[in-house]
Amino acid sequence: MFTHELPLSTVVLALVLCLHPAHAAGPNLGQSVNPADIAAWDSSIMPDGSGLPVGSGTSLQGALVYEAKCASCHGPNGKGGISSALLGGGPITSINAAEKTIGNFWPYATTLFDYIRRAMPWQEPKTLTSDEVYALTAYVLVLNQLIGENDVMSATTLPKVRMPNRDGFIIRFPNKL
Amino acid sequence: MSRSRLKRKSLNPAAFAANGLLDRRSFLRSGLAAAVTGYSVVKTAAAEPLADDPWSLVPGAVTRPYEQRSRFEEKVARTLSNPKGEPRVQGARTPLHLLNGTITPNGQHFVVAQSGAPDIDPERHRLLIHGLVKKPLIFTLDTLARYPMVSRMSFIECGGNSAPLFSPQPIQASVQALHGLVSCSEWTGVLLSTLLDETGVDRQAKWLIAEGADAPTLTRSVPLSKGLDDAMIALYQNGERLMPANGYPMRLLLPGWEGNMNIKWLRRIKLTDAPAMTFPESKTYAQILPNGKAYQFYFLQEVKSFITQPSPGTKMSGQGQYEISGIAFSGDGRIARVMVSANGGKTWAPARLQQPVLSKAFTRFSMAWRWDGAPAVLQSRAWDDAGNAQPTRAEFVAQRGELKTVPSVAAFPNQHFNGITSWAIDEKGEVKHVYA
Repeated sequence: MFTHELPLSTVVLALVLCLHPAHAAGPNLGQSVNPADIAAWDSSIMPDGSGLPVGSGTSLQGALVYEAKCASCHGPNGKGGISSALLGGGPITSINAAEKTIGNFWPYATTLFDYIRRAMPWQEPKTLTSDEVYALTAYVLVLNQLIGENDVMSATTLPKVRMPNRDGFIIRFPNKL
Repeated sequence: MSRSRLKRKSLNPAAFAANGLLDRRSFLRSGLAAAVTGYSVVKTAAAEPLADDPWSLVPGAVTRPYEQRSRFEEKVARTLSNPKGEPRVQGARTPLHLLNGTITPNGQHFVVAQSGAPDIDPERHRLLIHGLVKKPLIFTLDTLARYPMVSRMSFIECGGNSAPLFSPQPIQASVQALHGLVSCSEWTGVLLSTLLDETGVDRQAKWLIAEGADAPTLTRSVPLSKGLDDAMIALYQNGERLMPANGYPMRLLLPGWEGNMNIKWLRRIKLTDAPAMTFPESKTYAQILPNGKAYQFYFLQEVKSFITQPSPGTKMSGQGQYEISGIAFSGDGRIARVMVSANGGKTWAPARLQQPVLSKAFTRFSMAWRWDGAPAVLQSRAWDDAGNAQPTRAEFVAQRGELKTVPSVAAFPNQHFNGITSWAIDEKGEVKHVYA
């Protein structure tokens, strides 16, 4: 019925309602919300870095957080345990998903920050500070030799990290986008 | 009519499409319809006399507020990949070979959960729609109850369903283990387009980011065009509120699209101009191709079918007539045709499609088959009304490749397998998974 190119002006809306009486407009019961309240939930981070919070961290700081909160699942130094390894992975040589690693597959470094912040540690997600998440992100990137040991990760530097497999993807059905 | 007489008739090759398939068109051609449908295995009733059974002599059980199935059916259940809930994905596979019809009972709907089902208080749950909208809004369950609701049948299939068929050798496992990450329900709720009418949509918006309220707040990016087409905020599943593991109290339903995108426990939708490249879309749901590249944004669950009866784990009980039955579906429209073969794809006959045939929903197909006791290979192949044909396994592998070694049946080595599945039946009536 609608496509997003259509301006949802009153005129168009009225026309559509006229043609499709079965799809009457809703009762307008949505509650307005102020921007401060949205911010508490709006954790989305885009590949260009928009949405990244204030803060920073280094791999050295990340190693301490990792030892305390991550190693019990992901093993010492990110080598893997009951949860997956966080480093390694040479060139992909088969279609087996087990070959995918952060270093050889993930297209954007911002995804690391986003996933750690929303989902880790597994038993108590969303408890890390922004500085801790930046530090862990730096730690994992150093494990994968994608940044220097002393590089500071922040809203400015993280989106600039170029992941090796950035151009390794083919959109399956471009006409569906 | 006697078995021997039917056997003699069956020697006439014109009577059957191929290897015993009782194609109705062949009946008409040969004039055998009445004779064949009249066939049955009649045994002399020399067994027990027809006395009243114990349950006919005492009052039955008191009716319960919420019904439970017969205790004799308790083994019809989902199989769990992670029953102890370790910190990894939990999967529950639907016993499709033990069900029939086209609707999956709510307790049998498949589940893939990253971190278990949250215990959501519906009175406190909220849905926030924000981002590139004219007016960000929050909707509660109470307010959504006053919106116009729609119902539709829709299957949901995990992108990793049927992954064992990437194995270089056929893995011996049931339909449940091979194809059990797909289910079909009647979903009822509010179209997302209705809510976006109210928030208004900014011209720059091209995507929406949907987020769940579970522990990892699972997040996926969805093209806005799908959101404005047939996306639904689903509140009811087969007439009752969603099961907790299927998203209670609300989930995003994207008919025909990858299960993982149908965000459960939906709490937030943000309209954006680009995808967020979240963890699932960056890693899990990007599929490695034989050339080392990977597909991104696969989204569509393509046309697929498989035979559920007979299938591995079910046993043939002697020669005679059986009903071949199975499921077909396509994320791209209605099932237009299903063909069945009993000789490994050498010849095919059209299956009967149970009506109504609905877009992006399970279609039950069936075909009568007279098994003569000789080895046979059963296959089904489906087409949808968008013109897509289910590929043979060989055609599929030529495009998408296969593994070098046999994986665990519970692993997800790759995704979106929709090739033909083959069941071989040997002289003893054992059903095995084969590549043919």
